[in-house]
Amino acid sequence: MAQHKINYLSEAGLPVALTTVDKLVQWGRSNSLWPMTYGLACCAIEMMATGASRYDFDRFGTIFRASPRQSDVLIIAGTLTKKHSPFMRRLYDQMTEPKWVISMGSCANTGGMFNTYATVQGADRIIPVDIYLPGCAPRPETLQYALMLLQKKIRKESASRKLKPKRLV
Amino acid sequence: MRKYTDKKNVQKKPYHTDRFWVAPQVSKEDVSSDEVFASDLKELQENFNIKDAYIQRGQLVVYINPGENVEVLAFLKEKLKYNFLNELSAIDWLEKSGEFEIFYQMLSTSKKKRLRIKFFIKEKDEIRTVSKLYNSADWAEREMYDMFGVIITGHYYMKRILMPEDWYGHPLRKTYPLHGDEEASWYEIDKIFGKEYRDIIGPENRDSSRVDESDTYNFSRIHHEVPFGEKPSKEVTFTDYQEEGGVFLIKSLKKADSKILEERP
Repeated sequence: MAQHKINYLSEAGLPVALTTVDKLVQWGRSNSLWPMTYGLACCAIEMMATGASRYDFDRFGTIFRASPRQSDVLIIAGTLTKKHSPFMRRLYDQMTEPKWVISMGSCANTGGMFNTYATVQGADRIIPVDIYLPGCAPRPETLQYALMLLQKKIRKESASRKLKPKRLV
Repeated sequence: MRKYTDKKNVQKKPYHTDRFWVAPQVSKEDVSSDEVFASDLKELQENFNIKDAYIQRGQLVVYINPGENVEVLAFLKEKLKYNFLNELSAIDWLEKSGEFEIFYQMLSTSKKKRLRIKFFIKEKDEIRTVSKLYNSADWAEREMYDMFGVIITGHYYMKRILMPEDWYGHPLRKTYPLHGDEEASWYEIDKIFGKEYRDIIGPENRDSSRVDESDTYNFSRIHHEVPFGEKPSKEVTFTDYQEEGGVFLIKSLKKADSKILEERP
């Protein structure tokens, strides 16, 4: 028998790559995460620094968008007050599926040092959160790491339109 | 340097012993000790009923009738050249006497003098606005209403300034709990989801350092992650931002190839 078996998947073979739709779609999604231009407090300064040239969020395909309709990541960057919470929820609702949420900093995670009447004690009381990012305020590297973990999480998910509803709290 | 105190049992002691503790007042001086203030006070006494007046820390403090606040401030602005209203607010004496103490802190840039107008009102009494005289009183009066519940008449936009408009209570009153009352603790849940959602969300967790290790749904230990609901394990799991095999077209970091820069480029 002639020994001319060609391995099409090796480098010299045909330009063919095999994958699943899930993997392909989620690979695409994870590398074009568009967060919303939305800052609440001092964490937003770190978020801006992450977007600027030194830390350069654009390398991850992460471009801040000015509209919730165009964005699929909500970074809760700062203290969420009770007065502001309905607007935050509205912005989250306006984002199109699929959408993910990063809770950035102590204030967004638990209310942080603002253990008072006017602060929401954890943004997860009103919005389902995917990644909790500790720090006060987290360094830009930390936010980048959180985004990378979110990308990994997205790559694990199914690309099906029927996303499992996220449990609140 | 601060004096050393033994902090052995500091956790056992309460932070505040008396909730309504009032700092002792600094000494009061007679008004005649300052020429400018003495003449100002004389003019005020000729026109208005002055209850008390003294100098404290180089500033004249004048107690007036609560009904005359607008007239006194207009007189101060036009005749006595106190052209600047720094601040106005209220002090909560409700526990002691059922009263608010209202103060107006004034500054004269020509005389380089500061003066404070004060008066007492009962809890439900109304006072007239001075925002037509001083624009700086506009937001300050709204804040006074928001934080203390002092009702001001004649203000063109008497609404809450800091708290939401449907907020219940006035947070800077001494009787207002720091963590908020019942209404405040459920505010965002009631507003966004409705009251029936309270049971699903649950009460606020006010201990921000609480970590429930057996609750693997809400808490996970880094490098010890387990699936939701499973018991926590001591097994170390490797966590990295990329999968083992790498990601298509994405450059992965090879730690051996990385180099540390001595200087900033």
